[in-house]
Amino acid sequence: MSVEPADPPAHVAFQVFLDGIVSAVRSVFFYVLVGNYVGLGALAHEVGFTFWWMALSTVLIWAAPAQVILVSTLSTAALFEVALAVTLSSVRFLPMVAAILPTMRRPGVRQRDLILPMHLTAISVWVEGMRLLPLMPVERRVAFYNGLGIGLMSGAVIGGAVGFVLAAKLPPLLSAALLFFTPMAILMSSARNSRTLLDGVAFALGLVVGPIVAAQKIGLDLMWTGLIAGTMAYAVHRLREARRKGAS
Amino acid sequence: MSVTLHATLQDFGPVLALILFGFLPNEVWRLVGLMLVHGLDEKSQIIVWVRAVATAMLAGVLAQLILSTSGPLASIPVSVRIGAAVLGFAAFLVTRRSVFAGVLAGEAAILLGTYFLGT
Repeated sequence: MSVEPADPPAHVAFQVFLDGIVSAVRSVFFYVLVGNYVGLGALAHEVGFTFWWMALSTVLIWAAPAQVILVSTLSTAALFEVALAVTLSSVRFLPMVAAILPTMRRPGVRQRDLILPMHLTAISVWVEGMRLLPLMPVERRVAFYNGLGIGLMSGAVIGGAVGFVLAAKLPPLLSAALLFFTPMAILMSSARNSRTLLDGVAFALGLVVGPIVAAQKIGLDLMWTGLIAGTMAYAVHRLREARRKGAS
Repeated sequence: MSVTLHATLQDFGPVLALILFGFLPNEVWRLVGLMLVHGLDEKSQIIVWVRAVATAMLAGVLAQLILSTSGPLASIPVSVRIGAAVLGFAAFLVTRRSVFAGVLAGEAAILLGTYFLGT
């Protein structure tokens, strides 16, 4: 091991933060988020929420599926049911946060320095972060990830505002079609990013196991999909590692 | 408790309802993730497994969005959604794995499909 990396000076950290914003604007997810949130903003307008409520929900929740649930059920369903549906849709954040934060940790990084990266973690930021963070020195990762997350979140806030303003001119079917930007981006960037066997197998198994679990109607679909398909992929990974070690 | 169980938007107002029934139930998973990995190394086997679980859940979200039968996406027929995903992925492959091209092709397909076949 070399000498422990020190904190970069403030101006370097700021430069790295700006690099993160630039990476956000260069990511396909920035445009995907704009498109997706145009649809969401239009939906929010249609249901009768205010412009600022929509922006606040993006900054606070920062999860398109949860926001779709909130916007489409908050004014009609019992709030307890809304909260339950939102929390079931957001289980994915546990493993995502748990997988990305250790890549930023080093001696000198306090738990409170990780609160902003924790909150900024969403599908888009996680996918790009998992790809880009390993390419840079560990002492720069927190600032970069914060820039990446805030940059991508800005795209969502802008998209939401545009959608809200355009709502009267957008047919509801078009707003729904815009929400399709997110699944397309998940599909293609995961296919591009899965360089390891573990990622590829976990993703492919998730695609198969997800609908099977959903068809059983046992509830907690995403949690079971992740645990079953993820553990199977991990087992494949361990078996291969063991075989490789045995062969060498 | 019964008050909360049957409470509606009018009882809280939109902003408080957003925080209590949107932000908190959503953020709790991020917080648990932060607390669980305290002191864990990125190369530890648990984190490798957690990463596989997260990736599988991401695929689960994708499957859910494409096949979902509720919410705003339900107004677009499932066949159109699957067809658009397949077309987008084909465009991604023929453009030597360009995510931009794939997403654009898929979105164009869903817009056309929705326009002609949507309900």
